[in-house]
Amino acid sequence: MSALLSVSDAHIAYGKVEAVRGVSLEVADNEIVTIVGANGAGKTTLLNAVMGVLPLKGRIALAGEDLVRLEIEERVALGLSLVAEHRELFASMNVEDNLELGGFRGTRAQAASAFERVYALFPRLKERRKQLAGTLSGGEQQMLAMGRALMGAPKLLMLDEPSLGLAPIIVADIFRTIGELRSAGVSVLLVEQNAQAALKIADRAYVMELGEFILEGRASEVAANERVAASYLGFQHEGASGI
Amino acid sequence: MNSTILLFLVQDGITNGAIYALLGLALVLVFAVTRVILIPQGEFVTYGALTYASLASGQMPGTAKLAVVMGIAAFVLDLFAARRALHGRKIARALAVNIALPAAVLALTVWAAAHHAPVPIAIALSLVIVASIGLSLYRLAFQPLAHTSVLVLLIASVGCHLAMQGLGLLFFGAEGQRGPVLADAALTAGPLRFTGQSLAVYGITVAFIIALWLFFGLSLYGKALRATAVNRLGARLVGIRTSLSGQIAFLLASVIGALSGILIVPITTLYYDTGFLIGLKGFIAAIIAGLVSYPVTAIAALMIGIVEAFSSFYASNFKEVIVFMLLVPVLLLRSLATPAALEEEKD
Repeated sequence: MSALLSVSDAHIAYGKVEAVRGVSLEVADNEIVTIVGANGAGKTTLLNAVMGVLPLKGRIALAGEDLVRLEIEERVALGLSLVAEHRELFASMNVEDNLELGGFRGTRAQAASAFERVYALFPRLKERRKQLAGTLSGGEQQMLAMGRALMGAPKLLMLDEPSLGLAPIIVADIFRTIGELRSAGVSVLLVEQNAQAALKIADRAYVMELGEFILEGRASEVAANERVAASYLGFQHEGASGI
Repeated sequence: MNSTILLFLVQDGITNGAIYALLGLALVLVFAVTRVILIPQGEFVTYGALTYASLASGQMPGTAKLAVVMGIAAFVLDLFAARRALHGRKIARALAVNIALPAAVLALTVWAAAHHAPVPIAIALSLVIVASIGLSLYRLAFQPLAHTSVLVLLIASVGCHLAMQGLGLLFFGAEGQRGPVLADAALTAGPLRFTGQSLAVYGITVAFIIALWLFFGLSLYGKALRATAVNRLGARLVGIRTSLSGQIAFLLASVIGALSGILIVPITTLYYDTGFLIGLKGFIAAIIAGLVSYPVTAIAALMIGIVEAFSSFYASNFKEVIVFMLLVPVLLLRSLATPAALEEEKD
C-alpha cells in the first residue's frame, strides 16, 4: 500500500533555530495517525510546514505528487486541508458563509452535497447557520473549523489540537466525529496534547520530543509503552500540561 | 444667506460627495483586502477622465499604450514567477489577460480616436483601459510585496502615484480638458435645477453601491474577498489565493476611479494632477471611517462634499484647508477612543 502522505527527512527552522530535525512520517489511505508530544515539541510547526504555511527542507508528497514547491492554495487543490490551532475562522461572517467558502474550489453541485454531509456530521452548525462565527462557543467554533475544512472534500485532514480549551464532553464529541471521518474515506493526521484520547482513536502514532520522533508504531503499542505512559498518559503530570 | 443658496450648496455638496463616497469605498476595500493604502486611486480618476475626454475630442490617449506596456511587463513577471511549474493553460490565461486584452483595446482605441466614437464607446474603452492598468499595477508593484508591512506597501503606493502622475503629464499635457456630458436633459424641482449630469452622478453612485453590496453579500467571489480581509491565513487555508483577491480589489478600485473621473470631467475641468486631490478627499472619508466601515465612509464622504460646498461659498481661498482640517478633530477623537495604541497587525 502506497502512502497518501509521505514526509521524509523534514527540517524546519525559525531563522537559525531548527524546530524540527529530520522527521519522516507516513499516512496511508483511510488511516488515522496521531502525533503526540509535549508543548513545544514541534508538532504544530510540522503540520504548518506540511500545509505550506512554513517553509520546509526535505520531501513531502501527497498521493505521489511533490508538494515542496507548491503554495498553500495549490496544496488545498490537491486534497490537503488543515484545521489550524487558532481555527482561523472568518469571525465576522456567518456559519453558512464560512462553510460555503470552505468549498471555494469546488463546483456548486459539490457544495450542495458537502453542506449536507457537514450538517449531518455537526447538526449544531445547522441550527446556528445564520450566526456569526465569532459569536459561537469554543466547541462550536472547532466544529465549524472542521466542517469548513471538510467542505473542500480533502483526502487528508490535518487537525491541530482540536481539543484545546474545550470542555471534556465536547472533546468526546469531537473525537467521535474524527472516528466517523474514517468511514467517510477521509484520512486524518491528528496532533494532540490529549494523548489518551488521541491514541484511543488512532491507528498509528508518532511520539515527538524536541523536534524529533522518538517512537512510532501502532497506537495501542505506543500507548502501552512505559515511557509514553509515564510522560503523556497522566501517570506523571510534569511537562504535559497545556497552556 | 437664503434658503435657495442653502439648497444649492447642499445639492452641489451631495454631487461631489457622491464621487468621494465611491472613491472612499474603493480605498476601504483595497486596504481591507491587500493592506495597501491606494494613493494612486487619484490617478485612476485622472486617467479615466482624460482618456474619455481625449477620445471624445478625437485624440489618441497615451494610456492605451501604457496598458499594453504594463501588460507585457506583468506577463513577463508571471512567466518568471511560474518558471518552475509552467503549463499551457496558465500561460494562455496570462497571455489573454495581460497582452491580448490591452492590445485589442489599443487597436479599438486607435480606431475610436480616428472616427470620433460615440460617448458610450468612449466610456467603455476608458473603463477597460484603466481597469487593465489597475490590474497590471497590482501585479507589478504590489503582488511581489504582498507579505511586507503596511509601511512598505504605503511607500510603494506613493511611488506608483508619483510615476503615474508624471506619465499623466506626458500623456495629456499640462492643459486641462473637459468631456462631453452624459445626458443633456434637466429637471426642475422648486428652486433647484438638476442637470442630467448630476442625476447621472447620483444614479450611477447609488447603482454602484447597491451592486457592490450584492457582490459582497451574495457572490462567492465577493465573500472570498471579505474572507481575505477578515482572515488572510484562513482564506488561504480554504484555497483562496491572496493574489486573486488583490486582483479583484484593484480591478474594482480602478474601475471605480475611472468611473468617478468620467462622471466629473463634464462638470469640472480636469488636469493631469487633479485626480490626486479628489482621491485625497475620498481618503479622508475612508480615514474618518477608520479604513474599515463602508457605510460610515459613504456618510463621511457626503459630509465632506457639503462642507466643501459651503466653504467654497464663504471662504473659497480656504476651501481645501477647511476640508483637510476636518481630519484633525477626527484623528484626535479616534486616538482618544482607542485605549491602547493599535500596533501594526501581525501577519
